[in-house]
Amino acid sequence: MITRLRYRKFVSGFMLGMTGLAAFITVSVLFFILGYLVYHGGTSINWNFFTKLPTPVGEAGGGMANAIVGSAKLLFLASLIGVPVGFLGGVYLAEFSGGAIAFVVRYAADLLNGVPSIVIGIFAYALVVLPFKHYSTLAGSFALALMMIPITLRSTEQFLQAVPGSLREGAMALGASKWKTIASVIVPAAYRGILTAILLALARVAGETAPLLFTAFGNRFWSPGWEQPTASLPVMIYTYAISPYDDWHRQAWAAGLVLLGLILVVNIIARAILARGVSIPRT
Amino acid sequence: MNVSVRSPLPVNIAPPSGSLPTREMPSAASMRMTVSHVNFFYGAKQVLFDISLGIASNKVTALIGPSGCGKSTLLRTFNRMDETVRHSRLEGDILLDGQDIHAQDVTQLRRRVGMVFQRPNPFPKSIFDNVAYGLRINGSKLALADAVEKSLRHAALWDEVKDHLHKSAYELSGGQQQRLCIARGLAVEPEVLLLDEPCSALDPISTAKIEELLVQLKDLCTIAIVTHNMQQAARVSDYTAFLLTGQLIEFTPTPHLFTTPTDPRTEAYITGRFG
Repeated sequence: MITRLRYRKFVSGFMLGMTGLAAFITVSVLFFILGYLVYHGGTSINWNFFTKLPTPVGEAGGGMANAIVGSAKLLFLASLIGVPVGFLGGVYLAEFSGGAIAFVVRYAADLLNGVPSIVIGIFAYALVVLPFKHYSTLAGSFALALMMIPITLRSTEQFLQAVPGSLREGAMALGASKWKTIASVIVPAAYRGILTAILLALARVAGETAPLLFTAFGNRFWSPGWEQPTASLPVMIYTYAISPYDDWHRQAWAAGLVLLGLILVVNIIARAILARGVSIPRT
Repeated sequence: MNVSVRSPLPVNIAPPSGSLPTREMPSAASMRMTVSHVNFFYGAKQVLFDISLGIASNKVTALIGPSGCGKSTLLRTFNRMDETVRHSRLEGDILLDGQDIHAQDVTQLRRRVGMVFQRPNPFPKSIFDNVAYGLRINGSKLALADAVEKSLRHAALWDEVKDHLHKSAYELSGGQQQRLCIARGLAVEPEVLLLDEPCSALDPISTAKIEELLVQLKDLCTIAIVTHNMQQAARVSDYTAFLLTGQLIEFTPTPHLFTTPTDPRTEAYITGRFG
């Protein structure tokens, strides 16, 4: 009896330890990466990094201002294309469709979400780069937008469906049309969640490299307008990291740190918005 | 279960002037809504069987019956909220002021026939915006503030909220929220107000306030209320319809239904033998 009890206590303690260890590993990986980035790239982060163009090989100093602005432009245009499509598609899925159509759209969105990003890149290359005959911010944004659509769509759908049906009934009983109900009651009730989802989608694609390699390509200089090749942080990291120069390696680490920092900030903002969320009583 | 004991007056209603009023129902001309031979189906399942009744103008009509008898379903057909349920089907005619409600635009109809639900369902907006909602979607810009105040006064909520109209509606108590929903319904000046068990989620004091309110609102509009609380029906209504398993068993002036029911099933229900 006693041995049996001891054995059970041991199993219980052992399993508790294993789950705790797994949780610890998960958390420590993030901090390990952060620490590693700071250790290798911290020294290269200075004011010049954010304000100067890259210098030619062999010349010390310089920065990645063009890549930071390039990434910002890519993400801005990608949101402009991807968010409306994903959002409106999500509204359709949650509010209008039923049965077979919903199943097909939902399934297609999930598949699109699973398409390897390099394939998205090739697709954007064939569709945008080839006809225009040059790499461009537009092409890169198109590729990133394709990746944002399924994430935005599915999360919009989920947050809209979480709005209690009693609110829908309340608006419709006042003579609001379906569209009016959605626009004036349902979406406002879910907007925090939807905004969070959009920010998370943005953070998710901000670090994508593969779709940009042969769409936005890269640029050592400023990229005026939307139809020129542009530098971006992820591609810059890739180019610098595989180069044979120590100075470039340090800058790649620094760029990684900046990118991770930006993504963390977006994540934290998103979670803060969601935490403040509206409390709609469940019915 | 006191099957053998008859309690003739389960609820305390004093018949006006010592004797019961006439058993007669109002004439067809004084009906705001007329329901004739309504059958209703959810898929293949029939839940209402050949219901015919009238909702008298500026009176309170109560629909009572045990859970699942179809009283809420019947109420929801009055402003076509039943159509929001998939695979439902209605046969028969429902008239509002002599006009077929199914021949009208559904949003127009719902502005004329408002509804208050079982649980308070204020929108996640301010108190003011909740009441103004119906007016705004109608495109009404003029004198919103006056209209909101008027509706809140009618719903006996004005004095409690007048100093914080721009606070979230969720900061109100459950009873206040329900009166807010009534105010929201009244703001569009409906001809008929439907209430689907409006007090079932409320405490007794809030319930008393809403019952008092309903009696006053008769001057403004016609009221139909679903309740599973017989005392409530007796207190607030002029006419009561008793439904059982989707059939209309008895429809008479309220004092008659509770004192001298003609159908044995009505008597069994009001004396508490089932339900």
